[in-house]
Amino acid sequence: MQEAKDLKGYKQEVQDALDNSFLRTAMDNFAVAYRTGRANAFAGLDVENLIAQIAASKDSAIGQMDALFDEFKANAEKTGTRVHLARTAQEANEIIAQIAKDNQVNKIVKSKSMTAEETLLNHHLEAQQFEVVETDLGEWIIQLRNEGPSHMVMPAIHLSRYQVADLFSEVTGRKQDSEIERLVKVARRELRRQYLEADMGISGANFAIAATGTIGLTTNEGNARLVTTLPRVHVALVGLEKLMPTLNDALKVNRVLPRNATGQGITSYVTWITGPNACASAPEGQKIFHIVFLDNGRRELARDPVFKEVLRCVRCGACANVCPVYRMVGGHQYGHIYIGAIGLILTYFFHGREKARNLVQNCINCEACKSICAAGIDLPRMIKEVHTRIQDAEGHPVKSVLLSKVMKNRKFFHSLLRSAQKVQKPVTGGTPYLRHLPQIFAKEHNFRALPAIANKAFRDTWDHIKPHVATPRYRIALFAGCALDFVYPEQLEAAVKLLADCDVAVDFPMEQSCCGLPVEMMGEKDAAVAVAYQNLTAIHPEPYDYILTLCASCGSHLKKAYPRLLEDDASVQKELNEFADKIIPFSQFVNDVLKVEASDFMPSKLKATFHAPCHLCRGLGVTEPPHDLIRKAGYEFVPAAEEQTCCGFGGTYSSKFPQISAQILEKKLEDIQKTGAATLITECPGCILQLRGGAVKHGLDIDVKHLSEALADKHKKPSS
Amino acid sequence: MGAPENLNKLFKDKAEAVSAIVSEVASLNEALSYAVEICDRKEACQLLISGCEEELSSGAAELCEQKQKKSIAAPALDADLSQELASLCHAKGIDVVTKDLRKHVAGIDIGFTVVDYGIAETGTLVLDSSSEDTRLATMISEVHVAVVPKSKIRPTAFEVENELIDLMGQSPNYTAFITGASRTADIERVLALGVHGPLELHILMWEDH
Ligand code: SF4
Ligand code: SF4
Repeated sequence: MQEAKDLKGYKQEVQDALDNSFLRTAMDNFAVAYRTGRANAFAGLDVENLIAQIAASKDSAIGQMDALFDEFKANAEKTGTRVHLARTAQEANEIIAQIAKDNQVNKIVKSKSMTAEETLLNHHLEAQQFEVVETDLGEWIIQLRNEGPSHMVMPAIHLSRYQVADLFSEVTGRKQDSEIERLVKVARRELRRQYLEADMGISGANFAIAATGTIGLTTNEGNARLVTTLPRVHVALVGLEKLMPTLNDALKVNRVLPRNATGQGITSYVTWITGPNACASAPEGQKIFHIVFLDNGRRELARDPVFKEVLRCVRCGACANVCPVYRMVGGHQYGHIYIGAIGLILTYFFHGREKARNLVQNCINCEACKSICAAGIDLPRMIKEVHTRIQDAEGHPVKSVLLSKVMKNRKFFHSLLRSAQKVQKPVTGGTPYLRHLPQIFAKEHNFRALPAIANKAFRDTWDHIKPHVATPRYRIALFAGCALDFVYPEQLEAAVKLLADCDVAVDFPMEQSCCGLPVEMMGEKDAAVAVAYQNLTAIHPEPYDYILTLCASCGSHLKKAYPRLLEDDASVQKELNEFADKIIPFSQFVNDVLKVEASDFMPSKLKATFHAPCHLCRGLGVTEPPHDLIRKAGYEFVPAAEEQTCCGFGGTYSSKFPQISAQILEKKLEDIQKTGAATLITECPGCILQLRGGAVKHGLDIDVKHLSEALADKHKKPSS
Repeated sequence: MGAPENLNKLFKDKAEAVSAIVSEVASLNEALSYAVEICDRKEACQLLISGCEEELSSGAAELCEQKQKKSIAAPALDADLSQELASLCHAKGIDVVTKDLRKHVAGIDIGFTVVDYGIAETGTLVLDSSSEDTRLATMISEVHVAVVPKSKIRPTAFEVENELIDLMGQSPNYTAFITGASRTADIERVLALGVHGPLELHILMWEDH
């Protein structure tokens, strides 16, 4: 739940979560175990294809939401089911309370429903003097603690067995042992009688099948079966996005949902309910069955061209499972009621700007969620769009307006960087690092050494170093990006040298600017579009075989985000497509296009490990070429655990949430150290800044290098 | 998926992977003997039901006391099999419950069912549970013993899609997919079986013709 008043308050809550060592260990273990479990569950299946099928089937259902509702209602009513449509959360709660009153209900048992969490149904019913008992073990625990869920599938993941034992001791009035098996048994017996005493059961639904008016429920514990069986009244509260035309659509989702959620092939129980079933405690021996569909903004969302894909979500929770920020701070700080990447977005639509404002800034843009989403939702993009919408509505912060102004004017931006170089002396003490952090940085930024701006930017040396290649094999344009251009020009120089040795003609179009990702991350979409135009104008793709980049973040932004940012301008589409197609990251070009060989390099005995930049492995889908190149260059390659997990940089993210960034980095450095490698290679200047800064700060004897330097160091001069 | 043997094997493997105990039977009579046997022999049929040995609130403890005898619930058997089960149980002093299962919510030792289909891909049982007693037999029992006719095992859920649609067309209907025992990982992600439903699922693969 988000109670923080402002970003400062939110950061304080985040800090408390970071200091919770049980939570940190639980989350770390979970993050690692989840990935293995998921991989096993999908073994032998074509995951991408299954996800694409869900996306297509969901998109089609979203497009006909109203018609599906009508169809469902007609079919369900034929069976005697009563179907309601609630426009708002409040209305849904009132309908359900009314059903309870009409049926002289006292006690209500509930099975797990995120939709009921969304409407805060329990509060409403309790305020009206109904006794409500959650029966899902995790939900029961958090209900007893008066908390919201910290995960959509495992709502009590933030609690230890000891906390549960204390809680159960209170509930039963007897001292409880902390052995989990036994705690589960206690819950089994304590809850068993509740089903019998209850007059009404409330469930959610995972599927609402229009063709037959059937709802489908997936559970592991079996509580939903008892909730829908023993009491004489059953009310299902269902989001409109759960509507689908046929059973086939539901079966498709059900093939992925449990695998993606918990690494199970299927949940223990999947229950399909059509019509009011036999029920011995009901007046006519037949259940009183109501289904309440919840709109609460969904119908409007279904018509929104940008955001409608959000409704594809099947609530598997995976986007939280893989999120490096969720892992650090837990669900109470990474969502309001809905949690994880999707939670950041849904909070805005279901619970308002106020609750979402701080949350959407806490995304590091690592794309881990997108790569795992059961419904193929472009979550990081949606998060950025929400951020932009909030700023459009509330006014953009001065800092980001200034930055976006500066970015729109390349010459001014670059001259600012040059003058910053001149005045940084006092804080570098002549070293390549900022020794004393300038006032604008608080102490909390001190978790890594920050690099100084280079004496001479790459663009300012280009005329002197530009090699001449007589008979080029390829012609490429080099896209530098700000960090390499102004902070790490030596990494570009290393690349240029290697490329020239391999007979590649390199051009450096001078009018190129920042790729624009940082401004988009700050919710400044206008500036991101303006910069995209500048770069497209600066680099005409036509004369080049490729446009090469050494910065994975720039690369994936140029290749994946530009087509979307400029999609409305028909006049640039042809050029834009060619531009995007020709973008290639350094490793892929050198390994797969130039096809360098081990014999081109001098052997060495050095052990090296690799950090896979988010925007390289997920953004651009390049995973093997860097490994191949490290081996070819003569290093002994030792893979690090969780190689593809974010390093915590995230551009402006690390200055906005330094405390989270620092924790992610720490975990990363531990994994690196465990490899015993003295050289850490990566392919993105942001990661280098973060990792090198961290290694320096911790006094680790690890040499952090860009792949270009690692290769150029070992490359043999061509004999000719 | 190939030959039926492969399908049967896959079904068995997948069911065992989620902790089901799988055996073969040649007839339904043999299946009944199996159920009575484990009730008689194993700890499964203790007088004390699962959880009742724990420190409970007085309300929960009271419900525990309602169960006085070993019991097998088999609500949907035909007359002959019912008769057979009754005589097997009588000899061992076990109660047979065939209706009003609601009165036995405190706990039943064994729930016995013959399911409609098996799904090999996930080791899943498909059971039309529209009768409340059938439903409860698979929910409140400590051990669920389910017979699956081999001729009804299909590769994936998509191969029972039409049959399921037929069932859903005969409203009201309550159809259950059951895979393994009831489970939770809600406390520290540690797997525990039997949170609300059966602690054990025994599947008897029946060589029908
Ligand atoms: S992009 Fe990364 S940080 Fe952002 S929500 Fe997704 S997983 Fe979390
Ligand atoms: S957004 Fe995707 S990954 Fe996240 S819960 Fe929804 S379906 Fe699962």
